[in-house]
Amino acid sequence: QKVTVAVLDHLEHLALVDFRDSEGVEQLQKAIQFADQLHEVNTDGVEPMDSVLEDRCVYLREDDVTEGNCTKELLKNAKEKVEEYFVAPPGNIPLPKLEERDSFLQ
Amino acid sequence: AARGYGGAWCQAWQRGAGFPNLATRGQRAVACNARGGAVPAGKCGLAPWVPVVGLEVHAQISSNSKLFSGSQVQFSAPPNSLVSFFDASLPGTLPVLNRRCVEAAVMTGLALNCSINKKSLFDRKHYFYADLPAGYQITQQRVPIAVNGSLSYTLCIGNKMSQMVTKTVRIKQIQLEQDSGKSLHDDTRSQTLVDLNRAGIGLMEVVMEPDMCCGEEAAAAVRELQLILQTLGSSQAVMAEGQLRVDANVSVHHPGERYGVRTEVKNINSLRFLAKAVDYEIQRQIEELEKGGTILNETRAFDSKLGCTVPMRDKEGKQDYRFMPEPNLPPLILYDAKSLPANMNHQQVVNIDWIHERLPDLPSVKRAKLVEHYGILPEHSFTLLNEDGLTEFFENVVKQTQMKPKKVIGWILNDMLGYLKQHSLTVKESPVSYFLLADLLNLLEKKEISSTAAKQVLAELWKGEGKTPLEIVKEKKLELLRDQKELEEICQVVIDGQENE
Repeated sequence: QKVTVAVLDHLEHLALVDFRDSEGVEQLQKAIQFADQLHEVNTDGVEPMDSVLEDRCVYLREDDVTEGNCTKELLKNAKEKVEEYFVAPPGNIPLPKLEERDSFLQ
Repeated sequence: AARGYGGAWCQAWQRGAGFPNLATRGQRAVACNARGGAVPAGKCGLAPWVPVVGLEVHAQISSNSKLFSGSQVQFSAPPNSLVSFFDASLPGTLPVLNRRCVEAAVMTGLALNCSINKKSLFDRKHYFYADLPAGYQITQQRVPIAVNGSLSYTLCIGNKMSQMVTKTVRIKQIQLEQDSGKSLHDDTRSQTLVDLNRAGIGLMEVVMEPDMCCGEEAAAAVRELQLILQTLGSSQAVMAEGQLRVDANVSVHHPGERYGVRTEVKNINSLRFLAKAVDYEIQRQIEELEKGGTILNETRAFDSKLGCTVPMRDKEGKQDYRFMPEPNLPPLILYDAKSLPANMNHQQVVNIDWIHERLPDLPSVKRAKLVEHYGILPEHSFTLLNEDGLTEFFENVVKQTQMKPKKVIGWILNDMLGYLKQHSLTVKESPVSYFLLADLLNLLEKKEISSTAAKQVLAELWKGEGKTPLEIVKEKKLELLRDQKELEEICQVVIDGQENE
């Protein structure tokens, strides 16, 4: 079962990945096939596990102020800043539609 | 009870002459089907419409530090000064859950009659935005901390407050999640400035089922929720400071048919705007559908200046959040008296029963107690609770005066509250303290002054010149005459005067 172009396009939109060429798509295909082997295991009556931490319970921290006040350090890595704000583009720039962009997927 | 937020909006809806002129919004009202049937047919004789309104309320948790980090929670601070490495999503940082935030969510869940999930999980909700540095928000999508509750609220029918009806909206769930940072849009320079002070603050998202049908109901429900949160202390819930944010989901359909396509309305900054936004959107959808159009499943923003909803940029197309379990957080386990293991570290325990035992009286209970204790009317209790500090003021006056509470309440709700509103003051800012008012009412009760004189004295007191009621009475000679002989003499003069005519 191949991954459709529609799904690949959807993924490129969501994750801003670029499948670039047939090799990229093939890699994805192989990864899915590899993971699909899990379906061969009989899991009837077994609770799904989504974390190896499932038997622990989360640690609870006291409500004390212990961090912050490091504006300079945080802004050190910013490419652009204005006063003490990070600068970002005016809004999300969505990936153009498949027909309108240069993509291997076409 | 909701009053003034939507009273006008829930009268019978009249279609103006010609096609809907949305500019005359001031005159318009949307009939509320809550009282009975659906919105009546328009002049075209088309089938009636049933509006459906569901709300998602985000309340900022009142805590010292953030949900998963130790940076401070504060409304106003220099940009990016209340930000830890985790909040900025620097590599190598991990979330550490704040116990106070868990307790706040449990309190709120209990107050809203929810079942508290003893085991709840955290998930990642992915989307890109400049104020979400990690590219995902940690939330509770699969198994939230509380589910299946209810919220009762009251509406006034008609113009008098005396006719009140109680309604209930089901609470689907309450989940803990992170707040995002703040984006300041600088359109002139085509850029966005990002401040992460708010990023990571704990939120309780209260999801309500679509049990409401108009703006008035929505505003009333949120108002009651606000009072509950403030009473619990789990959130200060001040809408103006962004501590309480409401998104409305609105759709319309014909009775008996499937629910229509819904739109989400965001950017609502006050209860008044909530009512307006919801009613506008209901109207917009009805008009669109009646002229043969369709409703898009989109996100719209409420424009308070124009009083309408507009499509929101950056939200075109349906979002796919690709939820996945948060791998860095084990399940959140809560205990009650029964399930609590013997030698657990206190600090690591959130005990649902312990919290339940310490819940304060909720607004509905407070109101009932006021009515029972003081013999005031139910609608009086609503007004008392609705105004911050007014209940305390009333109770203090009652303690200091011989006047019956049933009479005192009139002075509080009509005179005092009237003056407060006139001068846009809160109870705390009142130039007339409770003992000054009590003094005045005592004079009235002892029949040393008349009721009219008392009102005059109150007006003087409001000037805040520091005089006592007694001083003002003497100054303006407002004492009631008691001396029989003096009264007879005055009456005689009046009678004589009449006889001469």
